[in-house]
Amino acid sequence: MHHLITYLADAPWITFNTGAFSDQFWASTFDGLTYGSIYALVAMGYTLVYGVLQLINFAHSEVFIVGVYATVFALNAMGFGPSPVYPPMVVLIIDLLVAMVAAMIASGLTALILERVAYRPLRKRNAPRLVFLITAIGASFTIQYLIFVWRGGSNAEPATIMFVPDPVFEVFSTIIDSQQLTIFIAAIVLMVVTDQFINRTKFGRGIRAVAQDPDTATLMGVNKERVIMLTFVIGGVLAGAAALFYLMKVPQGASFNGGFVLGIKAFAAAVLGGIGNIRGALLGGLLLGVVSNYGVTLLGNSSWTDVVAFVVLVVVLMVRPTGLLGESLGKARV
Amino acid sequence: MALLELIDVSVHYGSIRAVHGISITVEEAEIVTLIGANGAGKSTTMRAVSGIRPLSSGKILFDGQDITKLRADLRVVRGISQAPEGRGVFPGMTVMENLDMGAFTRKDKKGIAADRDRVFDLFPRLAERRTQVGGTMSGGEQQMLAIGRALMANPRVLLLDEPSMGLAPQFIQQIFKIITEINKQGTTVLLVEQNAQQALSRAHRAYVLETGTITREGTGKELLSDESVKAAYLGVT
Repeated sequence: MHHLITYLADAPWITFNTGAFSDQFWASTFDGLTYGSIYALVAMGYTLVYGVLQLINFAHSEVFIVGVYATVFALNAMGFGPSPVYPPMVVLIIDLLVAMVAAMIASGLTALILERVAYRPLRKRNAPRLVFLITAIGASFTIQYLIFVWRGGSNAEPATIMFVPDPVFEVFSTIIDSQQLTIFIAAIVLMVVTDQFINRTKFGRGIRAVAQDPDTATLMGVNKERVIMLTFVIGGVLAGAAALFYLMKVPQGASFNGGFVLGIKAFAAAVLGGIGNIRGALLGGLLLGVVSNYGVTLLGNSSWTDVVAFVVLVVVLMVRPTGLLGESLGKARV
Repeated sequence: MALLELIDVSVHYGSIRAVHGISITVEEAEIVTLIGANGAGKSTTMRAVSGIRPLSSGKILFDGQDITKLRADLRVVRGISQAPEGRGVFPGMTVMENLDMGAFTRKDKKGIAADRDRVFDLFPRLAERRTQVGGTMSGGEQQMLAIGRALMANPRVLLLDEPSMGLAPQFIQQIFKIITEINKQGTTVLLVEQNAQQALSRAHRAYVLETGTITREGTGKELLSDESVKAAYLGVT
């Protein structure tokens, strides 16, 4: 143990760049929040499905990547491409909204089909939980390689630039740009709307009822199958929105397995916040985004970002095994 | 014509037979009780009537129509509502939200409001606690909530699965009194109970269920004075 510590301390491949960290603290924070809100949106899909079915839908990362492809195609059709175009503000906003709706539809449909084709037949047969998990992994690979074959290989789609970020204002002598602002605000709005839908509407109450006690929910006249369908669709739609924001940040993000790492991180975010808990997904996503960005600045190398994120996850779970906000969708009252 | 009729109903869990060829009739405006020991198949019968447990054979008629294959959520719309065993209160929802869940299939706002008032009249305790979360309530309060919630569906037949289970004696008295009251207001009740004394003295008619088959039936009074029922269920020798 002692040798290991000395070794690590002297290791040439690990250096703590505390100067850069304090210089770029706010910049890392704000950029981390931007990425974090994307993780959070995707995390919602994991958490909603888990809350209702206790199923970890590993194919959710592919529901997301389908949305990224839909965004690319929608934007390309509207004239966006590898070099920036500068439509008037109003036109740009409309174009982006159209692309987002296209992505939401594509991802929502993918989630719906996934539920119908992969999971519902298993539910009908009362399959054990492990079978669902294996099926989810299988579905994930199936969609990945369908894309692989369709796009003729592993190459990512050419970059699609939506707009060039402009500085908007300055906080703590750090510039916030229009891209960060757009992503953060839009993501938060979508998540608040979802949260209110779940907590305030009748359909939302139906979802919570199934999450808390499926049999009793049925006794109340809730159509459980419809609730499950709705849950998958909501998760898919949010992943579709996340797809647009992701492509904003990563213009070359559309590749057949491009959802994998983001999916794992979003899943980690859901677990970090407390899987099954909607507000937990939001908190976990933002936290994971910020912390992994700190890791990059502190260690001066972006290869560390995922390592830092998962170390934080493990440490948090050691202290709070049910995640930061704990409890499931069902039990979390507000 | 009977309101609810089970004809030769059998239910299996895998290869295990829980209920074997039972026939039960519930007439409009009656309280019918099903008594029996643990594991006799009482809750299974209730689950079959509500549609969350499929039948392996037999038929269920409601209001003369065959509902054997009808989806569970649609049976609620027809007028079958259940307060399940163990209460099934949604732990993360408030009293109000739980009651709203009971009216999930309804759209008549006025009717829902009227039924809510009716429930609060029957259970003033629920009115006091309307913003309390279900999971933090006592067993007795949860039972009141479960019954109140089932009433919110404005059912034609109310299924009560062991409402006295795990309750303190003063609560048991109160719950049974309220069941009689609900019935007097015009709701048909099918009551499953282990507390045979209370159930038989409140019920118009009763069935005794033993290891999945019906061994005796009659009016509540008849069974209360039946020697074998006395010996097996009333603790009298």
